[in-house]
Amino acid sequence: MKREEKNRAPTTELNGMSEIVKTVCNWIAGFIFLFGCYITAYGHLTPGGGFAGGVILAASFILIVLSFGKDKISPLLPRKRAEMIEAAGGLIFIFTVWTAIYAGASFCGNFIFKKWSCANFKLLSAGFIPLLNIAIALKVMAGLFLVFFVLSITRVILEGEKLKMVKEE
Amino acid sequence: MTEYIIFTFLVFMILAAVAALESKDLLSSIISIGAVGFMLSVVFLYLKAPDIAIVQVVVEILTLIILIRVTISRDIRTIEDTRNFMPFAKNVILLFVLAVLAARAIGLLPEVGVNLSKVAQYYLLRGFEETGAANIVSAVILDYRAYDTLGEATILFTAILGAVVILRRKAKE
Repeated sequence: MKREEKNRAPTTELNGMSEIVKTVCNWIAGFIFLFGCYITAYGHLTPGGGFAGGVILAASFILIVLSFGKDKISPLLPRKRAEMIEAAGGLIFIFTVWTAIYAGASFCGNFIFKKWSCANFKLLSAGFIPLLNIAIALKVMAGLFLVFFVLSITRVILEGEKLKMVKEE
Repeated sequence: MTEYIIFTFLVFMILAAVAALESKDLLSSIISIGAVGFMLSVVFLYLKAPDIAIVQVVVEILTLIILIRVTISRDIRTIEDTRNFMPFAKNVILLFVLAVLAARAIGLLPEVGVNLSKVAQYYLLRGFEETGAANIVSAVILDYRAYDTLGEATILFTAILGAVVILRRKAKE
């Protein structure tokens, strides 16, 4: 037990890191978020797409958690809101592909492109592909953030012979 | 020329993987795995797959962050593992047998980018005018194969649901 306490790294607790890390992350996190939005929104024109953009968005939030600690993220993206965002992403996807049936196309058919085809190589082109990209990005962002969050607030400690799960509140 | 660059990267990737296996310190091992991932993304760029390269870099960064965060907070700093000789020799023999068996199949592989399948030719020729998406990968996964993407999203949703439910706030002792 004594060796465990000696090896514990105090900088990786959820109370935040040093001042230098905080300052740099304060500058960078917004740009990472913006880059994730760009990758998502232009997924049908340039390389990238919903999954890559969503992972970048999640990475910006995880950066804030790692550098500033748990208190900074609670007003920004609390756990309830992340769960709601994840469900909303999935629902947007499902409702879009269902609407195609009522709009006269087949299931998962690109009805927006077939009805109102607009100029190519623009942001609002390619029918419902940008919409589905955004839905997937929301889902992946909230999902990966949730996985990181629930993993990082849980610690497994050795109590006697048994492993015990405790929460860091 | 491209193939030689890719082979060079593959050799470096194998070296980095061996370094990750052999190093005692957990942090240097994770950094070596990160080097493997970044070189793999450069290989994807040379194979003209920028989408896969972006996903590779991003997922590598995120999983490494999670790995570092989770493992270091568990107070595990070093790996203690004993390696004996016999499994290594067995692996080498198995690798040699596999190489001999696969030599003919590898020799018959087509060049990179030629001899496309019929479906791929159809997507490349008609994909843009049928979907309007300039990125053909997006056109395939979100228009032609949107149902498949829905299934993948469902898989991710279910996995995250399981993690959140198991590690929920009011956990039983």
